[in-house]
Amino acid sequence: MSTIEMERSPPAKYRLRVIDCDIHPAMTSWTEVHPYLEKRWIEHLSVYGSHLRHAFSEALSHPRMSPDAARIDAYPDEGGPPGSSLELMRKQHLDPNGVQVGMLIPLRWNPGSQRNLDFGAALTRAMNTWQVERWVKQEARLRASVLVAQEDTEAAVAEIDARGGDPNFTQILILPRTDEPLGRRRYWPIYEAAVRNNLPITIHVGGTNGHPSTGGGWPSYYMEEHHAVAQTMQAVLTSLVFEGVFERFPKLRVVIMEGGLGWIPSLSARMDKHWSRLRSEVPHLKRPPSEYVRENVWFSTQPMEEPGSAAELIDLFDRIGWDRLLFSTDYPHWDFDDPRYAFKANLSEAQRDQLLYANSSKFYGLG
Amino acid sequence: MARHIVATVDEIAPGQRRVVSVNGREIGIFNVDGEYFAVGNRCPHEGASLCKGRVVGLVEASEPGAYQYSRRGELIRCPWHGWEFDLRTGKSWCEPDRTKVRSYELKVEPGGALVEGELRAETFPVSIEKQYIVVEV
Ligand code: FES
Repeated sequence: MSTIEMERSPPAKYRLRVIDCDIHPAMTSWTEVHPYLEKRWIEHLSVYGSHLRHAFSEALSHPRMSPDAARIDAYPDEGGPPGSSLELMRKQHLDPNGVQVGMLIPLRWNPGSQRNLDFGAALTRAMNTWQVERWVKQEARLRASVLVAQEDTEAAVAEIDARGGDPNFTQILILPRTDEPLGRRRYWPIYEAAVRNNLPITIHVGGTNGHPSTGGGWPSYYMEEHHAVAQTMQAVLTSLVFEGVFERFPKLRVVIMEGGLGWIPSLSARMDKHWSRLRSEVPHLKRPPSEYVRENVWFSTQPMEEPGSAAELIDLFDRIGWDRLLFSTDYPHWDFDDPRYAFKANLSEAQRDQLLYANSSKFYGLG
Repeated sequence: MARHIVATVDEIAPGQRRVVSVNGREIGIFNVDGEYFAVGNRCPHEGASLCKGRVVGLVEASEPGAYQYSRRGELIRCPWHGWEFDLRTGKSWCEPDRTKVRSYELKVEPGGALVEGELRAETFPVSIEKQYIVVEV
């Protein structure tokens, strides 16, 4: 094995051209949404605050490796949390990394998990407008995600229909730790609205439903919590498949975001095996589960698998399907992937462009 | 290889660091309790500015529930993915056999010797009484 030593400028001979599906914007202060919240809810906030399904509404469900889960070089000089400065985002990420389009995924405050449903719905409306006014209108490369109050299906559908024709939005965001697994019929009107508005449903790790973050209970270590994203996504995917969501909505497009990649082929194979033996339990499934995964589901690349050998990574992409992978960085979080180094394999220029740019361009209709 | 004067010793206090540019190369100079080390500023994993990371010690455990903390201040943890590099050797604790950050030969020399010696022409104003950090690149 040779020693890797990197001290000079990156060997980037190619021009970077990137679509980043996962950028986390933050508010300098939550008063930033006040202009978009009805007076009644501003007052509610000051009297009752935010009420999630876990203690300490402003806390993460497990302390992260780094404050704010962020790169420690991502704090703006002028103060405020990482992701709150458009200037720094441009300087640190959009410009040097060749980002042509960057998609915003706001995470904090979890409007979809708010226990007060009306407040949650009001918050989704406010945060959606905030994304457009504060970010997309200031920076032509950015796009917003439609946040929805997923536990209040009617409100979620109304918000999707309200934003559906607006080109500032590229996807509908749901955090997978929902009250019930996402395949359940109570959520189906959301999928119907997604198809009607030709927007993908993006499921990004997170959410605060109060259930332990792993199937085995609350973990001790952050490292376990970090691994739990893969189990969560597996649970979500099996639920969507077996409940028949893709059978009912064949045009539905789902993005599994920030859930890792290595588990996808084995889960698909396992689902197929079980389906061939137990299919009488789910007679509504007309095809092997892996086919729904292959046709209706896309996956974001970060956090990129880093196997010991490049061949394993290529093999993984072959199995998942190169056209199913959408590049994402997770800026400004600590496990950020740099587009120049994320793929630890010798890719051809065409392969690299497909992964970094072309797949997303096609998928989101950005071309 | 040439020698470059990059700082005076009192410009970098114990526990502090400074990133200098030598021939277009960014190098971090670290003062660990009076000992000085120099490593490249580019993380070999995905290219972060390594010297923006936290300086940490080594946490080890002989068994679950027991730990030893040693080598305080001798490791730099990358500001992105947290890989730790040994400031003495540049070796990565994540992939010691495969990955290291370049470390540089560094000496502390008195101004008197430098003024007399071959480094006279450096633009760094050198005075006889001070101690200087000299890096070989
Ligand atoms: S870039 Fe330094 S650990 Fe990844």
